[in-house]
Amino acid sequence: MVMLTREEQAMLDGEQGAATQKAMELLVRYADALGAERFVETNNVAGVPGSSTLWLKNYYKEDGGDYRAVFSRFDLDSDEVVDVPRMNAYSCHLQGGMDPELWVEQGMTPEAHANFVYDEGETAMHGIQILKTCTPYIAGNLPVMGEHCAWMESSAVVFCNSVIGGRTNTEGRESTSAAMLTKRIPDWGFHRDDYRFGRHEVDVRVPVEDIFDWGMLGYFVGEKVQDEIPVIHGSVTNPSLIRHKHFGAAAASSGGVEMYHMVGITPEAPSIERAFGANRPVQTFVYDAAERRRIYEVLNSVGQSTDVDYVMLGCPHYSIEQIAHAARLIEGRKVHENCALWIFTSRAVKATAEANGYTRTLRDAGALLMTDTCSAISQAVPKGTRVVAVDSAKQVHYLPAMMGIEGWYGTTEECIDAACTGKWRGRLQ
Amino acid sequence: MTLDLDTRPDIILTGRAVVPGIAEGEALVTHQTISGWGGVNAMTGTIIESRHELKGQSFAGKILVFPGAKGSSGWSAVFHTARLAGKAPLAMIFNVMTTKAALGAVVMRVPSITDLDRDPLELIETGDRVQVDADNGQVRIWKRRV
Repeated sequence: MVMLTREEQAMLDGEQGAATQKAMELLVRYADALGAERFVETNNVAGVPGSSTLWLKNYYKEDGGDYRAVFSRFDLDSDEVVDVPRMNAYSCHLQGGMDPELWVEQGMTPEAHANFVYDEGETAMHGIQILKTCTPYIAGNLPVMGEHCAWMESSAVVFCNSVIGGRTNTEGRESTSAAMLTKRIPDWGFHRDDYRFGRHEVDVRVPVEDIFDWGMLGYFVGEKVQDEIPVIHGSVTNPSLIRHKHFGAAAASSGGVEMYHMVGITPEAPSIERAFGANRPVQTFVYDAAERRRIYEVLNSVGQSTDVDYVMLGCPHYSIEQIAHAARLIEGRKVHENCALWIFTSRAVKATAEANGYTRTLRDAGALLMTDTCSAISQAVPKGTRVVAVDSAKQVHYLPAMMGIEGWYGTTEECIDAACTGKWRGRLQ
Repeated sequence: MTLDLDTRPDIILTGRAVVPGIAEGEALVTHQTISGWGGVNAMTGTIIESRHELKGQSFAGKILVFPGAKGSSGWSAVFHTARLAGKAPLAMIFNVMTTKAALGAVVMRVPSITDLDRDPLELIETGDRVQVDADNGQVRIWKRRV
């Protein structure tokens, strides 16, 4: 049984109100399920609190069918409906279901949009920051090394643990919503020092320089180590935010990597020895030119037709650097009449893109800059899409399977070229 | 199929309760980890992941025996929704503890057990009669007679 501090016991006894009591009850059940002995305090929580589909609201019709009902019954898994106060922890809302302006283009109904507007109003009223992105760390919530967080979103979790040295497990909707009220999360897994050491070794023997190659290496690593912690060394060069972003998202998709070490690059891996700690490497995997080619072919195995009718960029959500790059590539060109180009980012980054004129450059070329969501999350693609091209290994892993379409993986340049020609001409250099 | 309570189980395993409670029913076993979001249709309890060995089969009303959870952080919400849709399994037995599996089991509110003294994936086959007694940390197995 999890041990409680006096303050945690008081929450469980209802001294901080019914909602916090229900949240603590859920977290105690969760801690006991994990076998955690205590809670850790957190003041950085990222989830999808209270947002729901009309199906879920209708399910709780007898409880009022509103935000309060959904937050009580679903988020807190409570049998009773309770008043939900403003959140206590620093809390933010991750990606949502549609673009707040371009929802018609995304094929959403007015009813679904009205529901989205209602939920967002409630989210704001409950003191939850409307970041609406899978990349909170470039939209206003950047943890620091050693900070205990409670985050959802696998690509954000792996970035937080690996690149920043923040500490979070892959939390779920219910645990993050409860943590927003209690500022507690089970002290288990990545919150603990001994859990964060490497288990397998990855020896990189082929140059890995841009997001295209970092994404493929990430996909390889996830496939090999599954959800264990890899220690990567060798010819990985020129680390940057967007390279880590694409690497981690890919590794979290093909495997379930929640943390990685890159020797001399990530903060908890100043050396191979420090990255492994008391562990000895269980297996060593070599990434060479042959493996690079194999991964490229795996990622492109769902592409047959070279007639591309949709190019999706922004998985994980594009940074301002990437939007600037895409705008530069497409400036003076036009998206082909048989194709669509949608680029996804956060609202914070879009504000900068607008200030710089990138949104306009993209619009003039026939492309759309969208926020909040992506084609996989919202299952929204341009009508009639049969073949998509992406520059994200994560997206090519998910989107074709979810939508029953073909998919190509390539560089950002190849994707922009496909958008402007309607033809896929990508190949491995 | 009804359980003859006088019949001694063929195998008894001992483990740690994840979610308390007792349930019994027919086993559905997979040696592959299960994805929630993008891997399961919550409305039917059906596995939808491409190339999964259980693709097209529903865990609704079964004792689900699997290695563990993988994939998106939406795991618990998908299994939670399966419970609302009446498509949850009766109980769960799994090997590898993760935050996804723990939270999913909690919000699905089904008896669940892990850390068994022998590998349930080697000893339980689809169709076996299984009782998960998480209150006493036991799994009782009656092998299917052919």
